[in-house]
Amino acid sequence: MPARERPCFQHPLRQHPLRQWMLMIPGFLLLTPVVASAQTKPESIYSQPAVLGTGLLLLLIIGTAVVVVFLQLRPILLRLYPPMVPDSTPEADPAAPPTGEQFDELRTALVTPRDERGLVQRVSRNVHAPLVSDKKRGQPLTDVDPKLVRLVSAYLLCATVWLVFGTLVGWYVGIKFVRPDIDHIAWLSFGRLRPVHTNAVFWGWTSLAMLGLGNFVVPRTGSTPLYSYRIGWWTLWLINAATVLGTLCLMAGINNGGGEYREYIWPVMLLFAVGLILTFYNYFKTVANRKTPEIYISNWYIIGACGWVIILSVIAYLPFYQNGLGETIIQGYYMHQGVGMWFMTFTLGLVYYFLPLSLNKPIYSYSLGALAFWTQLLFYTLIGTHHYVFSPIAWWLQTVAIVFSAGMFIPVLAGTINFAMTFRGSSKQVGDSYSLPFLLIGVVLYFTGSVQGSLQAFRTTNLVWHFTDFNVAHSHITMYGIVAFMLWGCIYTLLPKLTGREPRTLLVGIHFWFALIGLMAYVVALMVGGTLKGLSWMAAQPFIDSVVLMAPYWLWRAIGGTLMLLAHFVFGYNLLDMLRPPRRQPAPTLQPLERHEYIA
Amino acid sequence: MNISHNHRLLFGLALGGFLFLSLLIAVRPAWSVQENNASLPGAVAMTDDERAGLHVFISEGCVACHTQQVRNIDMDKPWGGRPGMASDYAWRTRIDIWRATPSTLGTERTGPDLTEVGKRQASADWQYLHLFNPRTVVKQSIMPAFGWLFTETTSLLPDEKAVNVPPAYRDGLTGTIVPTERGRQLVAYLLSLKQVALPTGSEAPGFIEYTPAKALVAEVAGSVAVAAGPDGAALYATHCQACHQANGEGLKGAFPPLKGSPVVTDANASLMVNVVLQGYDARPEYGAMQAFGDRLTDAEIAAILTFERQSWGNKAPAVPVAFVTAERAALKSKPGV
Repeated sequence: MPARERPCFQHPLRQHPLRQWMLMIPGFLLLTPVVASAQTKPESIYSQPAVLGTGLLLLLIIGTAVVVVFLQLRPILLRLYPPMVPDSTPEADPAAPPTGEQFDELRTALVTPRDERGLVQRVSRNVHAPLVSDKKRGQPLTDVDPKLVRLVSAYLLCATVWLVFGTLVGWYVGIKFVRPDIDHIAWLSFGRLRPVHTNAVFWGWTSLAMLGLGNFVVPRTGSTPLYSYRIGWWTLWLINAATVLGTLCLMAGINNGGGEYREYIWPVMLLFAVGLILTFYNYFKTVANRKTPEIYISNWYIIGACGWVIILSVIAYLPFYQNGLGETIIQGYYMHQGVGMWFMTFTLGLVYYFLPLSLNKPIYSYSLGALAFWTQLLFYTLIGTHHYVFSPIAWWLQTVAIVFSAGMFIPVLAGTINFAMTFRGSSKQVGDSYSLPFLLIGVVLYFTGSVQGSLQAFRTTNLVWHFTDFNVAHSHITMYGIVAFMLWGCIYTLLPKLTGREPRTLLVGIHFWFALIGLMAYVVALMVGGTLKGLSWMAAQPFIDSVVLMAPYWLWRAIGGTLMLLAHFVFGYNLLDMLRPPRRQPAPTLQPLERHEYIA
Repeated sequence: MNISHNHRLLFGLALGGFLFLSLLIAVRPAWSVQENNASLPGAVAMTDDERAGLHVFISEGCVACHTQQVRNIDMDKPWGGRPGMASDYAWRTRIDIWRATPSTLGTERTGPDLTEVGKRQASADWQYLHLFNPRTVVKQSIMPAFGWLFTETTSLLPDEKAVNVPPAYRDGLTGTIVPTERGRQLVAYLLSLKQVALPTGSEAPGFIEYTPAKALVAEVAGSVAVAAGPDGAALYATHCQACHQANGEGLKGAFPPLKGSPVVTDANASLMVNVVLQGYDARPEYGAMQAFGDRLTDAEIAAILTFERQSWGNKAPAVPVAFVTAERAALKSKPGV
């Protein structure tokens, strides 16, 4: 009798046609059978509302990407196909308008364009079918204190260094899923580097980028200078110091206890907390000194987030109630609020300023913004335990978390409607801008990522998805798709206005598409793989099968991650480009244009 | 006064509201679970080595991939005899003044749950080999190799045992490989992990059954997963393969082969059944095998043994379930067992 094949390789999921497809075609095509089977098999997993909902949300993201592609390509397509111009000169008709050479002669005689007062900033020639369409340029702000420009630039520069470092680490740990023996060095091992990645992008990149932009928005919206530049610099150094020390500690194996996002030991996190307390004070005093009667809605979110994260960190690090399962209850509360009450809230505040600024119109509704603010506070605070569904934590606490997770629909919808209605009617502006597509994707993902998170909290979906790579996909939709995209949109809007130096459109485009395509590859791969993994566990198959079946999805994750990393290198270059002194522009003397240039 | 005009009122409300809700949803429940909690009567306190091993476990970031949390749902049955309870975690306190309570429940299961790893993989030899490089024993594993928990030595101490690493995985080391102190502590911790039995008479909380799951699993997995009776090949992969390997050849100097083994191919399966029921540690050149009598049912044992007796060229008759039942009964009736 021939030796039987090793059982664990005969993974039943491998034979299933579904899997073949997932490997070969983009994941969104999956949704077709998903919806189809939902109608025929009532017991199918695909008929579960939460699963269907998640599929539709993915479809929404892809639909938006298609719309953005169209908006971006439209100007180029219009140029590729210029309107027809008759070649033959018709018989002279004194009443007919001059055409062709007649016109050229006439023009040269009458018009020799000169821009003596320097009104024309930039003239582009040879505009025929360029690789990317040219984008509208913003007017630089002339009334900004150079000290503030320096401060904001320093924050954004440090943030970008942490972004590149943090994603480099993230990329490397992603590679380790595919090649676990790539190195055997303790300081570079997976368990130590994973928190290095998460903390560096949380505290180094996202927090510094947000605070840097906040240093501009808070005084600007109150028509008053920032209360203290010195405090601004102190916070910058403290947070940088915390992230450097925390990274070194983690790599050396000094870990606070393994709870996600509180891996830094308290002396390190204390530096971060002091920095935040200083900035909270700084922002608060700035708002107190405002010249406007109202507190602009952005500041509700920004200062609210600063205060909340201070309370949050103190509660997370105080030891008095963290023995036994107490630690776990606090962990669920902390890791969820860290994202929701700090990153998400602050970033939304920034968008409430930068979206109207880039579209040059007011936000759709002030009241919706206020509604979203208070419901965010009420609902988001109560949902931490949904990370521990079916755990030994009290059942009522889990139920409260699940109910309020569903309640998150209210602030999310309020925020999304507000942003979407502000966007309404501005598709041309999105197409003509290099920063608005980032904000648009951020808003769409804000809706999809948040609703998907609520769906994931239900007990039925938790069965399949909890503990799998699906969670990693979700956290990247939110922290990357929402927060990072929105921050990029804000940075590309603000920095050229501060420094008078625009990035190269082509490179911004590369940044945008690499980041978006990379994210989609990453997220779809882990969502599909995570679902199959959960089903494999439910089928009580040997555990190692669930590791084996993930291999192709981990590879796709690494590919997506590589694109994201490349996007960040490009972003780093763009940032440096924007920070350099403005290009010297001689007052242009316009030469007579060739005829074909008029057509363009 | 209008809230959007008064910064003290606005931010006072926002921060006060958040603090109030936080106390309500996090601090108060955490405090109450901490105060009203005690370990089960059968729980054994950690030894110093085991506690030090827990610190290694935290420091190396093992919790990123390994849960210690048996949820009260069907699919977590492989990880423990009963769902976890608050009292299972009552021992957890702050590590030291610098470090907080270890977050051992975990949020991701990239590797197996470790609640009962001390029972499931009770062999220290296996744990050392696996830590040195997981691929030595589980080819498809993606766990990191923890070479820095091992060192080379020229002469073994009296109570030391060399880790018998296959040549392909020695990472350039030529001498005798032994675990460092941190390595020993980590293994001591892992081997201490097992669920504490409930006091006699008390009923364990049950696992939640979910009926739709079977249907949807059948749909995705095809009919294989829901075949009638236990699947010997799958059970072998879960319980036996980590030592005896997928090809049944074991690992030289660590775990004996089943392929061509006289015990396995013996027409009389009595010894084989008893080794599985009671465990086996009669041969010094191999690691000890733990008992499976209380982990597997008679039908499961019969399915595994039949699979082993008819794979990799082995050609011995199948083991009927009744035979395992009879051997188990005989074992119970023996005095002193």
